[in-house]
This record gives sequence, C-alpha cells and structure tokens, in this order.
Amino acid sequence: MTDFHKGLLAVNPADSDLLAALNKSGRDSFLQQEIPTRKTEAWKYTSLNALTSHEEGYGRLATNFNANELATLSNIPALDAHRLVFVNGQYSSQLSSSELSSSESSANVVRFSQANSEQQKIIADNIGSAIEQDKHLFAALNNAITNDGVLVHIGKNEQLKQNIQITHISTAQKKAFTVPARILIVLETGANATVVEHFTSTGDQQNCFINAITEAKVGANARLNHYRLQLVEENSIQIGGVYVDLDRDANYDSFQLGLGAKIVRNDINVNHNVGGSHCELKGVYLPQNKQLIDFHSNMEHKVANCTTNEVFRGIMADKSKAVFNGRIHIHPDAQKTLAELSNKNLLLSNEATINTKPELEIYADDVRCAHGATIAQLDEEARFYLQSRGISAAEADVMLSFGFINELLENLELEAVRDLIRPILAKRFGRDEELMQHIG
Amino acid sequence: MLTIKDLQASVEDKEILKGLNLDIKPGEIHAIMGPNGAGKSTLGNVLAGREDYEVSGGSAELQGTDLLELDPEERARLGVFLAFQYPVEIPGVSNLEFLKASVDSVRAAQGKEPLDSVSFLKLAREKCKAVDLDQSFLKRGVNEGFSGGEKKRNEIMQMMLLEPKLCILDETDSGLDIDALQVVAKGVNSLRDPNRSFIVVTHYQRLLDYIVPDYVHVLANGKIVKTGGKELALELEEKGYSWLEDGADNGAQ
Ligand SMILES: Nc1ncnc2c1ncn2[C@@H]1O[C@H](COP(=O)(O)OP(=O)(O)OP(=O)(O)O)[C@@H](O)[C@H]1O
Ligand SMILES: [Mg+2]
Repeated sequence: MTDFHKGLLAVNPADSDLLAALNKSGRDSFLQQEIPTRKTEAWKYTSLNALTSHEEGYGRLATNFNANELATLSNIPALDAHRLVFVNGQYSSQLSSSELSSSESSANVVRFSQANSEQQKIIADNIGSAIEQDKHLFAALNNAITNDGVLVHIGKNEQLKQNIQITHISTAQKKAFTVPARILIVLETGANATVVEHFTSTGDQQNCFINAITEAKVGANARLNHYRLQLVEENSIQIGGVYVDLDRDANYDSFQLGLGAKIVRNDINVNHNVGGSHCELKGVYLPQNKQLIDFHSNMEHKVANCTTNEVFRGIMADKSKAVFNGRIHIHPDAQKTLAELSNKNLLLSNEATINTKPELEIYADDVRCAHGATIAQLDEEARFYLQSRGISAAEADVMLSFGFINELLENLELEAVRDLIRPILAKRFGRDEELMQHIG
Repeated sequence: MLTIKDLQASVEDKEILKGLNLDIKPGEIHAIMGPNGAGKSTLGNVLAGREDYEVSGGSAELQGTDLLELDPEERARLGVFLAFQYPVEIPGVSNLEFLKASVDSVRAAQGKEPLDSVSFLKLAREKCKAVDLDQSFLKRGVNEGFSGGEKKRNEIMQMMLLEPKLCILDETDSGLDIDALQVVAKGVNSLRDPNRSFIVVTHYQRLLDYIVPDYVHVLANGKIVKTGGKELALELEEKGYSWLEDGADNGAQ
C-alpha cells in the first residue's frame, strides 16, 4: 500500500453493517489501482499533485463547525426544497429542513444511517451497481470510505413536487480532511424528481477534499432532473462523479456547474441500458486565477433507440485551466442512436488553457452522431455592435462573456437555480462594479 | 453636422472609399443610393468606427469633432448611430439589458443619471409599441432568432431610445413588408428635428416616398458621383446606374 492509498483510506472506519460489503469491495478495488500520472490517459491533463503531495495527507474527518454562521450559505433562496445539509461531511439537523411534506407519500429521502429495514434493502440492492469501480479510482475510493449518505427513493409513478436539495458545506480547518459524500437516487417506474446537489464553502482557506459520488437508477419512464452546483472555494479539492443507469424510456436531465478550485474533477457516466432513454446533459465551467476544472463525460449507448444531447461551455480566465473530455461510446447493438455533443470554450487570457477532446467510438452503422468542440475569443462583430451603441469595450466583453454562459442558463427549469448562479457569474466576469450593472 | 472630406478607406488592402466628400447640415436628410459593392455600408461602418476598415486619408467631422480619432463607443456617445444592414445576433444577452446598457452609457456621457429600471422598462415598452414589436422581444437575446424585419425594427427602436444627432440607416428598408416600411418611416419622421440629420442608404425609391430626402447622392466606385434632389431617385429607378459616367463601368464588379 502506498502512502497515497493509505492516506486516502485513513478516514474514520464505517461501523455500518449496511455499507460493510461496499466498503470492502471498494477498498479492494482502490488498492488494486495505480495512482494516476501524466501517462494515465484519463488524467493526462490533470495533475493530482496537490492531492498526493499534501504533507499530512487527506485522511481525517473534520468536526467542529458553528451552524449559525452557515445558514445563508446553505440556503438557495426561492427554492422550494426539502433540504439536507452536511457540514464537513456531517449532517446538520439545524440547517436542514424537516421532513418532506407529507403529501409525498411514497418518497423516501433519508440518510443511510437512519434508514429503516425497507429502505436499507433498497440501498443494499442498488448501491454501487451503476459504477464500474475498477475503472474509476475515486468512485472506488468513495465505495471504500463512505460511511453515510443520502437515499432518494421515489415510488412508482410518484411525481415529487418538492425539490430535494442536498448541500455540502466545507469550512476552514487547520488540518486537511476528506469528505466522502454519497447520494443514491432510485426512481421507480414512472417516477419524477428533481435533485439539486450544492457544494459550497466558507470564504477562508480550505483544506478540504470532497470525494462526492452520486449514483442514479432511473426506472422505466421515470425522469430525473439533476443539478450539480459546485461553488467551492479556490483551495478545495473536489473529485468525484455521477453514475447513471437508464431503464427503458427513462429521462436524465442534468445541469452541471463548476467554478473550479485547486482541483475539480467530475466523471459523468450515463448508461443507456434498455432502450428509448434520453440524456440531456448541460454544463458550464468557469475557472479563474490558477484554478483547474476537469469534466470527463462518458455516454454508454449499449442498446438501440437512445438519445444523448450534451452541451458544455467554459470560460477560462487568468492562468486557469480546464479539461473537457466527452466520450460517446456506441456499442454494436445501439442502432438508431442519436447523439450530439457540443463543447464551446472561451479563453479570456493568453495564459489560460483548455484541453478539449470529443471522443466518439461508434460500432453501429445506423446512427446519427455529431460533435463539435471550439475554442474561441469573443465575437468581434458582436462587440462592435455593442460599442456602436455607446457601451464601452470593457463592458461589452463582460456582457458577451456573461451571455455566452447565460445562453445555457436560460433554459434551466428551476428559476431559483438561475437566480443563484447569475450573480455569481456576474461577479466572475464583471470584477468591477461598474461593469456588472447590465448583467445578472 | 457632418463634414466628410476626401475620405479614403480600405479593407484587407482593398481600396473601397476613394476620396468621398459629403456635407450634411443639421436637420437634413441625405439619401445615398448606388450599385452593390459600391461602398455604402463601408461608409457607415467607417463613420461608426469599425476596426476592420482602415482609413488611409481624408477626414470626417461631426460638429467640428474629428470622428476618426474616436473609439466606436465615443462616437455613439457623441450622437452617431448606425442602423446596421445586417444586425448581429447576440444570444444570451437580453435585449432589455442591452438597451439599458446602451441608454445608460449615452446618458452618462451627457452628464445624465441612469434611468431606474422601472422608468426604463416603461420607456422601452413605449418604443417597442412605436415600432410595432411585441414586448416579448425585450426579453429575448439581442436580435436572437428575430426575423429580418424584426431586426430592422429593433434597430429603429434603438435609434428612438438613443435620440442620436446623426442617424445612418443602412438599407433599413430591405426585406421589410409594406406595413413595416411605414412603421420604420414613421419612426424616422418622428425623430426629424432641426438638430438631427439622417443618412438613408437604400436601393429603392419607394422608401423616399415616406422619408422625403433633401438630397439624393449616388455612391459608385467609392465616391459620390452624382447629387440631386429627390427626383434623382426616380430617375435612377427608371434608368439604373449605367448612364452615370463613373457608375457605368465601375459599379458592381
Ligand atoms: N470585411 C470585408 N472584407 C473584404 N471585403 C469587404 C469587407 N467589407 C466590404 N468589403 C468589400 O468592399 C466592397 C464594398 O462593400 P459595401 O458593403 O460597402 O458595399 P455596399 O455599397 O454596401 O453594397 P450593397 O448595396 O450590396 O449593400 C465590396 O466589394 C465588399 O465585398
Ligand atoms: Mg451595404
């Protein structure tokens, strides 16, 4: 066992019978996998140095926090939600909202540690099943060290009206620590739910490594709307991903936001397993300063008649860096697949970088597949148009950068999420108050 | 208002304006006609300050201020307005926010406070109505998915909001249906003022029935080759450009 492996595994041991099997298999898988280096294809552009070279390692769990000070951070204003809030990985009943409104009869939203026997069975039956942990080091790690999590289980044909918000807040700690966050979403046939994952942190120095894995099993004809908003501070590290299994005619509709940090890496894997399913994946990333953000998406079209529409946009400022790798894998049986992938990037500085790579692997002949990746500067013609109306070049640039991202936000179903994000974007682009007046 | 002397401009080393002279007094409307590719849009773009065009000689002054030295936004703040032949689409930037940014900048240059959002919205709605655009256009991206005619109305709406001194309309009538043409003409006429001047670039005499010009110029091969009253437009409609000495062989190449 290397120091790297030892360090990451050294969190408080789970004493949960429910997760014992998962922990064990995760540990075995994790130990068998090598530490990624620059030569590892999936990690070519993303160095784990900041994680692996940290003197104290990222083992221990942090404890102390003052919930009172965190209330505004945990809140998404105007979002009608059943809210679960974790601070440094620990559940805070004070910050969380009470039970789901009672009309939602067949919905279970419960922490693993509080699950009743029926819920435990759902967890045991599903957890880990959407993840190929031998190929995903940090999912294996999460399997190994997770000691609690949230189950979202929606019964047959239930249309959950209230949104579910799961927020992770990290606070400044003297010592480095790991937060293994885990969500298991199980939608039965015809069920419908909206889950908003929200990662945020206090403004000061962070020593937090968030290892967050979300697994979703979307049943026949079911629909999951999933938002994943990463708004952590500069010095955090966040590595994890989303693993989705789609049953017949299932829908997965997702929006990902990443602002970047010391390292942010997200693996998004969607398996079209049965047929007729649709995945709508949208995302934006906006690193600045020396931040890094890396999205690796992988759409597995295993069967016929499924569709994927994936759109990612990024704006890189200062000396920041982004990586986007969009893989679409169309298996031999996946005839009549319709898959589209678009990735557009804007570089705001000479020193910013983007590595973007669409990866199409097509083994069926009757498919429609399109992909495009572009790296561009702001549109000169649009800038001139704004200037010709009296708007300064600087403000025009701010408005155009904002517009580039805003285009994707306009179609978000949850207005509360849009309202949360827009001012953050405005601050990113218009670092000067003067320039922010006409965006957001 | 506007004095252009011996203006020469080129794009990508191709000479387009070849010594153009034009003098426009306050309150006047000047129509500019001429063959495709003659340089009409180039003139508008050079006056508005587009960087792609290199001015290699001559001058252009707005009320004594050298325009050619100024950034596009400074020209706009001084009162230059170009209604584009092909207005650009800017998805993601809301039309309303754009209009507000524009009006705020121009007002600031005039030493006026920005309008509060409520008053501005009211004003913008009024102008929408004046050009017969539904209010929903305020919420959409700038020109995003607008039809050709809707884009042109949006240009006129901006002109009405900004109340510029010099309005340059580059083929604002092209692609408009008859009703829209009247809407545009009404907009322009409502702005007619002894202290405001217009350059109206058009291919069709018909527009000039609604917006009656003081002068009609023919721009061909980078120069004004003929100037006359509004009856010149009728003559051109009938005879084309070939009878004009310079337009004959140097027109659209
Ligand atoms: N950006 C550019 N790059 C290359 N050539 C250009 C550019 N802009 C204009 N030109 C050329 O300059 C010439 C004049 O163009 P301009 O658009 O000014 O003509 P116009 O008189 O407005 O014609 P139209 O009546 O067709 O609108 C044309 O030959 C055109 O192709
Ligand atoms: Mg033209």
